[in-house]
Amino acid sequence: MTGGAGALFVAVFLACAVEGVEATTIVLAAGTARDWRSAGAGTLAALATLGVVVAALGPAVSALPLTGLRLVIGALLLVFGLQWLRKAILRASGFKALHDEDAIYRRQVAEARTEASAAGRATGRLRVDGYGFTLAFKGVLLEGLEVVVIVLTFGAGQHQLGLAAVAAACAVLLVAAAGAAVRAPLARVPENTLKFVVGIMLTAFGLFWGAEGAGAHWPGSDTALLVLVPVVALWALTLTALLRRRRATGLT
Amino acid sequence: MGRLRAFAAFWYDFVFGDDWLLALVVAVGLAATYGLAQAGLAAWWLLPIAVAVAIPVSLWRAVRRARPGGSR
Repeated sequence: MTGGAGALFVAVFLACAVEGVEATTIVLAAGTARDWRSAGAGTLAALATLGVVVAALGPAVSALPLTGLRLVIGALLLVFGLQWLRKAILRASGFKALHDEDAIYRRQVAEARTEASAAGRATGRLRVDGYGFTLAFKGVLLEGLEVVVIVLTFGAGQHQLGLAAVAAACAVLLVAAAGAAVRAPLARVPENTLKFVVGIMLTAFGLFWGAEGAGAHWPGSDTALLVLVPVVALWALTLTALLRRRRATGLT
Repeated sequence: MGRLRAFAAFWYDFVFGDDWLLALVVAVGLAATYGLAQAGLAAWWLLPIAVAVAIPVSLWRAVRRARPGGSR
């Protein structure tokens, strides 16, 4: 591999790894906080959609309005993340029951099983959770499109499309494997803590993509996320502490 | 018809959830960010500040509703 090709490989690998980490974070959030089956289905559906889009458009895929997609997906992630964060703060401060939604979800799953049995379709398949599916689908589709655009931009620019595609595949596979490895440890984290973290991550990603889609330029580009996540977390923890104190002193 | 209604209910719940105020702040914040960016001004700071203010307001509304005698 020549120096130029090596530099191209490293550049594409790193850029795609960043996109891969963002997509994996969303899938892990959807899987751990909702359910893995739905997050997996959303991921597969996004990859299939991506495959169809790339096959249909070819190199013209780089002309897709990614800014508009970022705006829509960022806005949806942000409103959803904010709702989760709000509920998690209310639960953590004692103003909302800890397991109300889990009980509802378990009841829905039980109802789905009953319906499947009644219809003679008791194959063990459960109804896909729309929230988990949609979150994973949007995250993977947006980041996947960005990976495709990176490969086309870097690869076509240096007439090394194959090498750029290999670098992207290596990055995505490596990040996906890391994501699969942290899945089991995540399952041992207390549920509301997990939902709190997921709310923080979705809010931070939503802020980042939404503002970028609206035309803003973040200082430090993608590294702004490394500041946004802890800042959102700190604000959420501060509000939780304030609400706990209010509850303890009865100053509601 | 039932599926269409369920689809609409899903998206309504996804976007508006328990407090429509958050969705409104996000929509207005994004529109203002777009306006600033179009005017050539730094716009990245606006949405985080809007959200940082909206969360405690929304929490306060929820706490007020949860209080015995609070409006629902």
